[in-house]
Amino acid sequence: MKFGILINEGPFTHQASDTAYHFTKAALEKGHDVPRVFFYYDGVNNANKFSAPQADDRNVVKMWGDLAKEKNVDLVVCVAAGMRRGITEDSLAEGFRISGLGQLVEAGMGCDRLMMFGD
Amino acid sequence: MAEFEFETEGVKKTFTFMNRKAPYGTIYALEVLETVLISAAFEQHANIVFVDDGVYQLKAGHDTADINMKNFSPTYGIIEMEKEDADEDEDIDMVWRIIVEKESLDARGMTEDDFKVDVEVLTAAEIADLVDASDCVISG
Repeated sequence: MKFGILINEGPFTHQASDTAYHFTKAALEKGHDVPRVFFYYDGVNNANKFSAPQADDRNVVKMWGDLAKEKNVDLVVCVAAGMRRGITEDSLAEGFRISGLGQLVEAGMGCDRLMMFGD
Repeated sequence: MAEFEFETEGVKKTFTFMNRKAPYGTIYALEVLETVLISAAFEQHANIVFVDDGVYQLKAGHDTADINMKNFSPTYGIIEMEKEDADEDEDIDMVWRIIVEKESLDARGMTEDDFKVDVEVLTAAEIADLVDASDCVISG
């Protein structure tokens, strides 16, 4: 099955991004496709390269970046939501790209399921 | 970074946008609205649903001057226009519905006369069926 993922909350304050990450990883391991993860609302903060959690905690931004590199997942950050929150090319972590909301609608149109993680 | 190209030619799906939050206080209402408008460019069917405090989003007469927030309620008028265009223009293959939940209205002492756009009032059970029949549900 082809899953599109939508992440609506930022890292650490909410568990949404962690849960989405584990879902994505598990789906890929089971042989499903996850061509795109879209970051919206405060979810754009998952792409902040300046995020520096303590060494004994997980690094959510890096987890996504590594997964994208390893499994060829398209991580898309909404441009308008990102600009409001200071997520621009200058602050974008490795593995993410910035684009428009059309990329979310396309994921909904092109995937068998759109899974939303948020409040 | 792996930019993925979806095959969306000729794809027609039903999106349900579930608006649950008051218009101000959180950004969800505004940012859902932006997604609704973008989906029009793809000519997808849309149920734009308002439940819980989300019903306040459609209330006529927003005045945000004292809270220093952008009053984005005129945008709901654009949604209504998109819906009317889709209803009237045979070349646009798109059905849009603007729906509010009856239970949420009753709980807040509101009626459909309180709204700035024309709405359909459905029960929670009817909305559940609508969600069940949708391809994608996006909530905020």
